[in-house]
Amino acid sequence: MDKPFAITLDPGSSLANHTGSWRTFRPLYVDRLPPCNAACPAGENIQSWLYHAESGDYEKAWRALTENNPLPAIMGRVCYHPCEGACNRQHVDAAVGINAVERFLGDEAIRRGWRFESSAAATGKRVLVIGSGPAGLSAAYHLTRMGHQAVIHEAAPLAGGMMRYGIPKYRLPRDVLDAEIRRLVEFGVELRLQSKVMNVLAAMQEGFDAVFLGVGAHIAKRAYIPAGDASKIIDAISVLHDMEGAQGDELRPMLGRRVVVYGGGNTAIDVARTAKRLGAEEAVIVYRRTREKMPAHDFEVEEALQEGISIKWLSTIKEAGEDDIMVEKMALDASGFPQPTGEYERIPADSVVLALGQDADLGLLANVPGLATDKGLVQVDAGMMTGHPGVFAGGDMAGNERTVTVAVGHGKRAARAIDAWLKGETYVSPPKHELATFERMNPWYYSDAPKTVRPVLDIIRRQSTFEEVLGGLDEGNALFEARRCMSCGNCFECDNCYGVCPDNAVIKLGPGKRFLFNFDYCKGCGMCATECPCGAIKMVPEEN
Amino acid sequence: MSFQPVKFYQTGTFTVGNRLLPPEERSVQSQEKRYNSINSGHRACQGCGEALGARYAIDAAMEATNGRLICANATGCLEVFSTPYPETSWQLPWIHSLFGNTAAVATGIAAAIKVKKLKGERRNIRVVAQGGDGGTTDIGFGCLSGMFERNDDVLYICYDNGGYMNTGIQRSSATPPAARTATTMAVGPEPGNVFGQGKFVPAIAMAHEIPYVATATVADLRDLEAKVRRAMEFQGARYIHILVPCPLGWGTASNETIRIARLAKETGMFPVFEAEYGEVKSVVAIRHPLPVEEYLKPQKRYAHLFGKTPQVEVIAKLQALADRNIKKYGLLDGGAR
Ligand SMILES: Cc1cc2nc3c(=O)[nH]c(=O)nc-3n(C[C@H](O)[C@H](O)[C@H](O)COP(=O)(O)OP(=O)(O)OC[C@H]3O[C@@H](n4cnc5c(N)ncnc54)[C@H](O)[C@@H]3O)c2cc1C
Ligand SMILES: Cc1ncc(C[n+]2csc(CCOP(=O)(O)OP(=O)(O)O)c2C)c(N)n1
Ligand code: SF4
Ligand SMILES: [Mg+2]
Repeated sequence: MDKPFAITLDPGSSLANHTGSWRTFRPLYVDRLPPCNAACPAGENIQSWLYHAESGDYEKAWRALTENNPLPAIMGRVCYHPCEGACNRQHVDAAVGINAVERFLGDEAIRRGWRFESSAAATGKRVLVIGSGPAGLSAAYHLTRMGHQAVIHEAAPLAGGMMRYGIPKYRLPRDVLDAEIRRLVEFGVELRLQSKVMNVLAAMQEGFDAVFLGVGAHIAKRAYIPAGDASKIIDAISVLHDMEGAQGDELRPMLGRRVVVYGGGNTAIDVARTAKRLGAEEAVIVYRRTREKMPAHDFEVEEALQEGISIKWLSTIKEAGEDDIMVEKMALDASGFPQPTGEYERIPADSVVLALGQDADLGLLANVPGLATDKGLVQVDAGMMTGHPGVFAGGDMAGNERTVTVAVGHGKRAARAIDAWLKGETYVSPPKHELATFERMNPWYYSDAPKTVRPVLDIIRRQSTFEEVLGGLDEGNALFEARRCMSCGNCFECDNCYGVCPDNAVIKLGPGKRFLFNFDYCKGCGMCATECPCGAIKMVPEEN
Repeated sequence: MSFQPVKFYQTGTFTVGNRLLPPEERSVQSQEKRYNSINSGHRACQGCGEALGARYAIDAAMEATNGRLICANATGCLEVFSTPYPETSWQLPWIHSLFGNTAAVATGIAAAIKVKKLKGERRNIRVVAQGGDGGTTDIGFGCLSGMFERNDDVLYICYDNGGYMNTGIQRSSATPPAARTATTMAVGPEPGNVFGQGKFVPAIAMAHEIPYVATATVADLRDLEAKVRRAMEFQGARYIHILVPCPLGWGTASNETIRIARLAKETGMFPVFEAEYGEVKSVVAIRHPLPVEEYLKPQKRYAHLFGKTPQVEVIAKLQALADRNIKKYGLLDGGAR
C-alpha cells in the first residue's frame, strides 16, 4: 500500500468492465459465394485467383486457377464468360474483365513455362478417356491430379476437338492450343492420336477401370433444300474442319465469291467470318428469326458486322440454284415463332453453307447395357455417370449447353465422381455458401476504376488474315483489372472491421489469418458489418 | 486533400487497411499492435462516434509523438464514459479538467513542459486537449480563444456531436438548424433548433491565424490521421474539429454512425478542409453529390421534417446551407482554387 500523496485507490482499468454483456446482436464472419464463381460452368474459384493476381503473384494465381481448369489461355480467348455477366462490379461501373485476366495468366504461364504439379500418389487405376476435346482433356487432367493414369484415345490426327476443328484461328491461335495440350501430356496424360474407339465396352476390356466419353457432336444437321445439280451446298463443320492444316490456298475450302451461310448460332458467324477471310466479297447470313432471338452472342454478331458480313434476319432458304438462292421472308406470330409470309426474294450465291447445329455420333455406344439416350444426348447423373456403371460422359454429347467451359466443368465433375467410384464411394459436393449479392456490400470503399479496354486488330487485317482479333492485356493493365475485383462475400483483410469498432473488440490475427471478435467487449453495434466492403460479416440475434 | 490518396489498389485508401500498400503507407488504425489509447470496456453507447473519433485521433497523435503525449479532457461524454473513478480507459497521461477550462489546463501543461525543458528535460513531450462541442464552442470558448491567441503549443480537438449529449441532448452553439434537442423541441411554428444562430468554430479558429486548423469526420480515417499528423508538425496552437455522430442524440441506428458522417460530408452539410495560418489549404471533395434529404432522413432529430406534410421549405433552407458550403469551400472540385 505504498501510494503517492493523496492517492488511496489502485489505478483501475476499464478492461474490468465487460461491455459485451450489453449485446443483443452478435457479429459473425461469413464466407459467401461470389456470383462469378457461382456462374462459372467450369467451377473456377475466380475470386481466389484474382486475389493472388491483385498482389502481382501471377504464378500463384495461375495455380489457383488451374486447380479447376487446365486451359486458361484457351479459356481466356473462347469462353463466353458468364462470370462477367454475373459480376457485382457491373452495379458500380462495369464488370471486372475476368476473361482478359484469365488470358493474361494463361499466356504468362506459357511464356514462363509453368508446369502442373501434383502430390497425389499413383493409385494404379487406369481410366480410358475417349476424345481429346475440352471435356476429355479436363477429365484426364483431373484424374491425373488424383493419381490415376488417364489414357486418351482420339480419332483425329491432332488433339483438341472442336477447339481445333471448329473454332477459327483468329479467335484461338493454334500455338496457344498446342502449348496447353502439350503441358497436359507432360503432366502425364497419355494421348493416342488417330485411334478411334469403335466399341466402348470392348475398349474398356484393355485394362481400364473406368471410362469417360467426350466424343462431342460432330455430325452436321441438314435441312431439306431443293437444289439444282450445279448448286453447291456444304456444311459449316466440314468447312471449318478443312481449314485446319490448310496451309496453301489450294487446300482451302472453295466457297466462291458470294457465300450464303444458313443458321444463327456462333458457328454460322464463325464460318461467315472465315469465308470473308478466304476472299469472299459477300458473306451473307440467312437466319429465320430476329437478332434478339439469335443464339449467337451479341459481341460476335457485332464483330461480324464490323468485318462487313451482312445478316438477313427473318428469312428461310426455299431453294438453291447454280448462282443464286431463293429466300422467303418470315414474320413472327403472336407467340414469337417465325411464320412464312409468301414473299420471296432471290439473292446471288456461289455456295450455301449450312450451320444448323450438330448431333453426336454415338455409334461406339451400341449395345451398352443400361446406357440411355434422349434426343441424341447421353443421359447422365449428377456425377456424369451414364446408366452403365463405370461409364461416364460429358461435353457436347451429354448436354445442350455446348461450350468449351461447360465441357471443362463436365470433365472435372466426372473426374471427381470417377475417383470416388473407383474407391467404391459416391462423390458428394460440399455445401455451397449463400450467394454474395450486391445489396450486402458497401461499395463506397472501392476505388473508382473503369474497365480496361482490350486492343482489337485493325479492320483490314481482320478481313484478310487469320491473325487473332482480340489482343491481350499487358502486365500493368492485367494487374489493374484484377484489382477491380471487389472480393464479394469473402474477407480480403481490408482492416475495416478492425478499424471501425468503437470498442476495440476486433482482434487482428495477422496477414492471411483474418480476424476474431472479442465478445467480452463487443457491444453488438453492427458497425463492422455495415462498413465491411464485401459483406463478409453478418449480425445474428443473441440467444438470450 | 490532406494526403495523397492511393488509387486503383482495389480499395485504395478508402478502407482502414490495404494489404497491397507498403507497410509505411498503412494507417495507424490498421496496425496489429496499435496504441488503443482509449481501451475496451468504456461505457460509450453502442456505435458511439465520439469514442471512435477519439481513438482515431489520439492514436494518430501518439504515433506522431512516439507516445510522448499528455491529454487534458473536458467534462462530457468522452470523459464520463471513459473514466468513472477509479476506472479509466485511457492509456496515456490524462487529466480531467472542468467542463469549460480544458484549453487553459492544457496551456498550463504546455507551460510546465517549457519550464522543464529549460531545466534540462530532453524528451519532446506534447500536449493535446479535447472536449465536446458544448465544452468547446460554448462554455470553454473563452479559454480556447485565449489559448489560440497566445499561440500556446497545444493541439485542441473538438468532437462535435451537435449538442450536450452527456446531460441529455441539449442544444449547443454547434447544434445544426432544425435539429430536435431536449431544449429545441420539435414543436411550435419553427420546430427544432432555430436558423440563424450558432457558430462554426473552425472558421473562428482560422480568424486567430493559428498555424493549423482542420475539420474531419469519423467516416474518413485516412484524412483524419493525416490531419493529426500534420498538426503535430507545427509548434503553437492547433485546432481539429471532428464530426462524430451520436446515435442516441441523433436518433440513428448504432451501425449507421460512419455512414451518417459520410453523408454529412457528401451532402455538403459538413465541409472537410484544412487551413494554415488562416488560409484554407486543402479541401476533401464530395465524391458522389447527394441532396441533403439523404443525410437528414435517417436521423430522428429531423423526423419532424418528414412527417405527413414534409417541411419542404425547411429542407430547402438546409439545402441552401449545404450549397453555401459547397460554393464557399469548392467542395465539388476539391477546392481547385
Ligand atoms: C465453329 C465453332 C465455334 C465454337 N466456338 C466456341 C467458343 O468460342 N466458345 C466456346 O465455349 N465454345 C465454342 N464452341 C463449342 C465448343 O467447341 C464445344 O462445346 C466443345 O468443344 C465441346 O467439347 P467436347 O469435349 O464435348 O467435344 P469436342 O470438342 O467436339 O471433342 C470431341 C473429340 O472426340 C473425338 N472423337 C469423337 N468420336 C471419337 C471416337 N469414337 N473415338 C475417339 N475419338 C473420338 C473427336 O475427334 C474430337 O476430337 C464452338 C463450336 C463450334 C463448332
Ligand atoms: C460548469 C458545468 N456546467 C454543466 C456541467 C454539466 N455537464 C456535463 S457534460 C455536459 C455537456 C457536455 O456536452 P459536450 O461538451 O458537447 O460533450 P458531449 O457529452 O456531447 O460529448 C454538461 C452540460 C458541468 N459538468 N459543468
Ligand atoms: S450519448 Fe452519444 S456521445 Fe455520448 S456515449 Fe452515447 S453515443 Fe456517445
Ligand atoms: Mg456534444
